[in-house]
Amino acid sequence: MRDAAALSPLLDVRDLRTYFHTFAGTVRAVNGVSFEVGYGEVMGLVGESGGGKSVVGFSILGLIDSPGKIEGGKILLEGQDLVEAGEERLRTVRGREISMVFQDPMTSLNPLHTVGQQMDEVLRLHSDLGTDARHKACVDMLESVGISRAAERLKAYPHQFSGGMRQRVVIAIAMLASPKLIIADEPTTALDVTIQSQILKLMRTQIADKGASMILITHDLAVVSEMADHITVLYCGNVVERGRTRDLIENPAHPYTRGLIDSIPDTTERLDRLSQIPGSVPDIRNLPTGCNFRDRCPRAQALCAKDEPVLTPQHDGLLAACHFPLKAGERP
Amino acid sequence: MLGYLLKRLIQMLLVLWVVSVIVFLMMSFTGDPVFMVVPIDATDAEIAQARRLLGLDQSLMVQYWKFITSLLQGDFGRSYVFRQPAMTLILERMPATVEMVLVAMVLAVVVAIPLGVYAGANPNGRLSRIIMSSSLLGISLPGFWVGMVLIYLFAVNWGIFPSSGRGDTAEILGLRISLLTWDGWHHIVLPAVTLSLGTMAILLRMTRAGMMEVARQDYMKFARAKGATRGDVLYKHGLKNALIPVVTIFGLQLGDLIAFATITETIFSWPGMGKLLIDSIYRADRPVIVVYLMLVALIFVVINFLVDIVYTLIDPRITLK
Repeated sequence: MRDAAALSPLLDVRDLRTYFHTFAGTVRAVNGVSFEVGYGEVMGLVGESGGGKSVVGFSILGLIDSPGKIEGGKILLEGQDLVEAGEERLRTVRGREISMVFQDPMTSLNPLHTVGQQMDEVLRLHSDLGTDARHKACVDMLESVGISRAAERLKAYPHQFSGGMRQRVVIAIAMLASPKLIIADEPTTALDVTIQSQILKLMRTQIADKGASMILITHDLAVVSEMADHITVLYCGNVVERGRTRDLIENPAHPYTRGLIDSIPDTTERLDRLSQIPGSVPDIRNLPTGCNFRDRCPRAQALCAKDEPVLTPQHDGLLAACHFPLKAGERP
Repeated sequence: MLGYLLKRLIQMLLVLWVVSVIVFLMMSFTGDPVFMVVPIDATDAEIAQARRLLGLDQSLMVQYWKFITSLLQGDFGRSYVFRQPAMTLILERMPATVEMVLVAMVLAVVVAIPLGVYAGANPNGRLSRIIMSSSLLGISLPGFWVGMVLIYLFAVNWGIFPSSGRGDTAEILGLRISLLTWDGWHHIVLPAVTLSLGTMAILLRMTRAGMMEVARQDYMKFARAKGATRGDVLYKHGLKNALIPVVTIFGLQLGDLIAFATITETIFSWPGMGKLLIDSIYRADRPVIVVYLMLVALIFVVINFLVDIVYTLIDPRITLK
C-alpha cells in the first residue's frame, strides 16, 4: 500500500459540488464528492444513470456548461486546483494532461474532418512537432490501437469506420499527447458485446504502456471489477462507498453497493428471476431528508429518515455512508 | 461523375424548355404588343402591316416554333422597342446587376456569418438578443423603404453617397465595370447595402440555428476536451457542420437577387437588367421578357448545380449521383 502522507495522489477531488440551476429548481448533480486517483491507478466511478457520474468527469475538465456550475470543492491535479484555474490554463490541461473518451464513438468524432485531421489537431495543440513528425506520431498511434494500414486510414472520414474502430480512434486521440489521466465515460456502453472486451483490453494496455491513470465511469460493475484498482460508488450525487476493488466487490458495506453487485446476472447459478434493487432513483431536484437511498433500502430504520449518513471507515478499509452498514460477509 | 454531369445537363435543358413554353403562353394572354409599337393614330392597314412584320399574325404554335428554331440557331429574337437583339440588350446590362449583387452578397456573408456564430454560441447573451432583434428588422423591412431611407439620410441629408446612377466605369474584356473605379464604388454602396439587408438577416438566422443545433453534438464537447480554442471549436468544428442549410439559402438568394433586383435598381436608377425587365413589361416587349426569364432559369439551374458541388466539398458523406 502506498503511503498517503509521503506521496500525494495524481488527482485529488475534494468535496466537489456541481449544480445545475434550471427553471424547475437547482439540481445538485454532484453534491460533495471526494476521491483520489493515484499514479498509474484505475479508479472506477460507478452508479446508476442520473447518479452524476458523467458530471464529475466533465467537472474535472472544466467542461460544465450553463446552467451548470461548479459551486464548491477542489479538484487538485498534482496539487494545482483546476476549479480556480482560468480557461487558458484549462486548455493546456485538456488533451495534454487529462483527456477524455466519450460514450458514443458514433457521435464523438467530427463527421466532416478526416481521422488524420482530428488526430493531428491534438499534436498541433500540445506539441512542438513539425508536420512530418506529427504525421508519423499519428500513424504510430493508430497502429498501436490496432488499426492496420494506418497511413491510409488517416485520410478516411469517421463514417468509413465501424463503431468499434471509431472508439479505437477516439482512444488513439485521447492517448496521443501522453496525458497523465484518462477519463473514460462509459467507453464500451454503445458497442457490441463482442467489441466491448477488445476495447477494454486495449485501454488497459494503453494505460499500462504510458503509465497513465484512468477514471473509468460506468454503470457496469462487472467491467469495473475487472479493470479498476479502486472503486467509488455514487448515488444521487453523493459518494456512498469507496474502497479497493476486491474488498468492495466481495464484501461491500453499503446496501446500495450490495444491490448493484447482486443485479449482475450470475451464470454459475440458475435463478428464476434476476435480482434487482426495488424502486428507482429519486427525483434529484427534490431529494428526501436523511439518506437518499432509504426508500429502496432493506435495512432502513427511523434514523435513516432523519440524519444524512456520512462516509465512515468500515471493515477492510472501506468507507461507506450508511447508518447500518453491512459487516464483512453479511447479507442484507 | 460524367453520368452525373450528363444527367444535370439534360435536366437543365428540360427546365429551360418548360420555362420557354410557360413564358410564351403567359405572354400571349397579356395583351397585343402591336399597339405598343404603332403610333396612336395608325390606320388599320398600318397595324396589320406591323403585325405581319413582327410575325404576330401567325398562330401561337407557329410563333413558338419559329422562336424555338431560331433560338437553336443562336437567334434569341429582337426587341420590338429597341430593334436590337434581345440577348444583347440583356447582356449589356448584366454586369451592372451582377456586380451590385456580388457586393451585396459578400457584405451579407461577411456580416451574417460571424454574428450568426456568435448568437448561436451565446444564445442567452444580451448582444445576441440585440443581433436577433435587428435581424428581424432586416427580414421584415421592405427593400424599397430601406432604399428610400438610405437615400434620404446618406444622399439628401448628409451628402456622403450619390443617390442614383452607376458612376464611372472602366472597360475590361468588353464589359463595363464600376468596381474598377473609385467613383463606381462610391455609387454602389447604397444600392448594395439595400440589397444585402434581407439576405444578411436570413443567412444570420440560418447560421445561428445551425450553430445551436451543432452545439449540442458530442464532437463539439470532444473538441473542447482535446484542448481546442473556442474559436477553433466554433469555426472549424461547429460552423462547417452548420453550413449546409446556409449554403442552400445563399444559392437561392444569389439567384433571386441577380434575377429580381428590380426594385432596388429602380429606386437607385441603377442601369441593370432588372430595370430592363420592368421597362420591357411596361412596353409589352415580348422577346426581351422571354429571353430574360429563360436566362434567369438558366442562372438558377447553374447556381443550384454549383451549390450541389459545394455540398460535396463540405460534407464527404454527400456524393454526386
